[in-house]
Amino acid sequence: MEFTFDLNTIWFILIGILLAGYAILDGFDLGVGSLQLLVKDDLERRILINSIGPVWDGNEVWLVTGGGALFAAFPHVYATVFSGFYTAFMILLFALIFRAVAIEFRSKQNSKIWRQSWDAAFCFASILIAFLMGVALGNIVQGIPLGPDKEFTGTFWTLISPYTVLVGITTVALFMMHGSIYLAMKTEGELQAKVSSWINNTIIFFVICYVTTTMSTLIYFPHMVEHFKSTPILFLVAILNMLAIANIPREIHHKRNWHAFLSSSASILALLTLFAIGLFPNIVLSNPNPEYSLTIYNAASSQKTLMIMLIIAIIGIPLVLAYTISIYRIFRGKVKIDTHSY
Amino acid sequence: MTTEILARIQFAFTVGFHYIYPPLSIGLGVILVMMEGMYLKTKNPLYEKMTKFWVKIFALTFALGVATGIVMEFEFGTNWATYSRYVGDVFGSALAAEGIFAFFLESGFLAILVFGWNKVSPRTHFISTIMVSLGSMLSAVWIVVANSWQQTPAGFHIVGQGLEARAEITDFWAMVFNPSSVDRLLHVLSGSWLAGSFLVISVSAYYIIRKRHLDFAEYSLKIALLLAGFASLFQLFTGHQSAVGISKTQPAKLAAFEAHFDSLAPAPIYLFGWVNEEQQQVKFGVAIPGMLSYLIYGNTQKPVTGLNAFSPETRPPVNIVFQTYHFMVAIGVLLIIISWLGIFLWWRGKLFRHKWLLYVFIFSVLGPQIANQLGWMSAEIGRQPWIVYGLLKTSEALSKAVTTGQIWFSLILFTIIYILLFVLFIYLLNEKIQHGPEEADEIQSEYEHQKLVLEKNKTF
Ligand code: HDD
Ligand code: HEM
Ligand code: HEM
Repeated sequence: MEFTFDLNTIWFILIGILLAGYAILDGFDLGVGSLQLLVKDDLERRILINSIGPVWDGNEVWLVTGGGALFAAFPHVYATVFSGFYTAFMILLFALIFRAVAIEFRSKQNSKIWRQSWDAAFCFASILIAFLMGVALGNIVQGIPLGPDKEFTGTFWTLISPYTVLVGITTVALFMMHGSIYLAMKTEGELQAKVSSWINNTIIFFVICYVTTTMSTLIYFPHMVEHFKSTPILFLVAILNMLAIANIPREIHHKRNWHAFLSSSASILALLTLFAIGLFPNIVLSNPNPEYSLTIYNAASSQKTLMIMLIIAIIGIPLVLAYTISIYRIFRGKVKIDTHSY
Repeated sequence: MTTEILARIQFAFTVGFHYIYPPLSIGLGVILVMMEGMYLKTKNPLYEKMTKFWVKIFALTFALGVATGIVMEFEFGTNWATYSRYVGDVFGSALAAEGIFAFFLESGFLAILVFGWNKVSPRTHFISTIMVSLGSMLSAVWIVVANSWQQTPAGFHIVGQGLEARAEITDFWAMVFNPSSVDRLLHVLSGSWLAGSFLVISVSAYYIIRKRHLDFAEYSLKIALLLAGFASLFQLFTGHQSAVGISKTQPAKLAAFEAHFDSLAPAPIYLFGWVNEEQQQVKFGVAIPGMLSYLIYGNTQKPVTGLNAFSPETRPPVNIVFQTYHFMVAIGVLLIIISWLGIFLWWRGKLFRHKWLLYVFIFSVLGPQIANQLGWMSAEIGRQPWIVYGLLKTSEALSKAVTTGQIWFSLILFTIIYILLFVLFIYLLNEKIQHGPEEADEIQSEYEHQKLVLEKNKTF
């Protein structure tokens, strides 16, 4: 594969990192959101929800910043994707709104029904968000119909195909697995036992989806593996990915939840890397007319803007990492419910 | 309705709804810093009680601000794809900077502010409060810079032609410090301080009238009144600066604000009136002759560029911006009167004696909210028909891939959801207010399920 290390490539990688950060961090939030409905006891459910209480908002900022960075670095991608996926995107926004308010509102009334309804909304929104993100990813792999003016020419239904739905479900499974491992770290006693029993199921669910998705990608979208053929060293990423996934049950078995969590984060990172390698240097594939694809060159901002943004990122990223790490440190350990909890 | 009109309504509705909450958070943030700072200094538990109560209200406004803000982040792409392609090079960096510098700061330290009372030392907690407040003001910085660039573009050049044309950045700092950004940023921040301080004033006045939590309410009200007294004057000053600025950068907008049609004549200022755009007249108006000329040039005789200097298709709608602008200014003047009357009576030791003033305080919370909305309407509708002033028309900026039906769908869904959110917001806010601040020896919660947990914890 041809690879020149220019500003456009750097930004392709940086946006990838922002999205990976989002998937790893908000991924477990979404997983916890999808799973919390499984416990019935109010106090137990509160523990699950409050395990993400102080951090979910910060995690979501990775998405917001990813959106801003995409706008700045690749404005054509921002414009084409968000206007093209309009309806799907609006549904995603509704889900994001509901998730944000559900967690805030749930503990604000005595009524049981009130809390159960918000918890149900929280669960539903979390699953929907994960699913739609997966569908979007699936569409990027499959390619979407674009015109010569870089505009999307399909409809809402163009976006729904067996393959994109499959990627959607895989994403849900991935986040459930990731979330259940996170919960095992944050809980103790009986609840932890309960949560740990979910991990095996979610792993099985994920592995089934993962294998199916990989097979279908190989069969139907061989363009995704071209780079791997021409540069075999890249297979290392695929192998690392498998190892990371295989390592999860092992760590769980040895009750090293934190290691399992790292493994599952690593597998998310590896999955996205595989995806990015397959795509590069395209960002949005045009299908049927590949010559209209948006690439890191024809969709990018000027070199000057990319440079300015790089400076902003170099100043900003250490700050962001510093806050993120200190917040996770302050709230480390098992969840304790107090009067400030949700 | 055309796609353009629908897209504009949808965007205006969602951004207007978003703008209910950030000003409250920005304003309350400053007040929280004042209260917690007093607590650390005096160690008076009353201040701690005040801080804890207002943090709860803050958390509520913040959550809604976040939920509605995420929508805005992506709506440039969904509704205004052509515009996004045109401005992305310049505009995107401000939006990205907002994420990196402001939102991460805010959301991170918010966790400590709300959940960290028992996890960190009081000093660290105070520092987090300052950081959250700073972060919320920083997010105003970047988004207002981006918007100001649209109003008064600078530091760029146009590359390509026709459909391919787009703005590319040439000078980052000229883009950031474009001719209107500083004036408008200060005006927006100070408008937010007003929103926060009048919320505190209103709730406190309500407690005083009901004779509940008296110490708490009087202290809170005084702190908020200090901020309101400063911000209301500052608002007039920065608003005036903005007006002088737009007389140079966006003369058609200023002319529409004052319904000034004829360029030759010295320009008056209207206190109120109704504009008949066809006859180019202000009906039922009361004017101060020459005042606009005076405010801008310091000379009542000097003419001000009027609307007739612009071809009809590049003029903004006149009456609507005339009205929104005049109501904003009127509210501004009222807020100055209310807050300084309060400060005067406080000085004379009679602040809480007048029931009617307390009632005025209760309703004053609406003033800044309405003025904030009206201000944005003046600025944004006054910018029409341009989306990027002088460069790109709103009608050319639409998403080509989006149909009328799709926008209807989103508009209806947003309307339903936002009404629901608003009702819930008011309901929960009211409940928090009715419950009032916690007493230190009481089990610290208004909710049964919370108390249960506390009891369980004790027996562990
Ligand atoms: C950085 C950009 C930006 C920012 C910070 C804001 N807006 Fe704006 N606004 C736009 C960018 C924009 C826009 C994308 O440029 C619109 C869409 C159509 C148009 O002409 O301008 C617009 C239109 C628009 C309109 C409709 C005008 C019309 O179509 O006639 C209203 C009432 C507002 N906005 C109100 C607001 C409020 C209440 C804001 C406070 C949060 C706000 N805007 C911030
Ligand atoms: C169209 C323009 C705007 C966009 C795209 C936008 C975007 C956003 C986003 C994405 C968030 C959520 C961040 C998170 O997840 O933590 C947010 C929240 C916030 N926004 Fe906006 N915003 C806009 C207008 C404004 C304006 C004009 C101001 C201030 C004057 C403002 C101030 C804030 C603040 C303080 C928050 C934090 C939440 C809160 O305090 O309510 N925003 N905004
Ligand atoms: C006291 C008298 C006031 C004057 C003379 C004044 C003047 C102005 C002017 C000229 C603009 C347009 C700026 C532009 O388009 O570039 C503006 C916008 C605005 N005003 Fe005011 N204003 C006043 C009071 C207020 C008050 C009390 C509030 C709210 C609390 C407020 C909130 C706003 C907002 C949010 C905007 C839109 C943002 C901007 O363009 O700066 N204003 N004001």
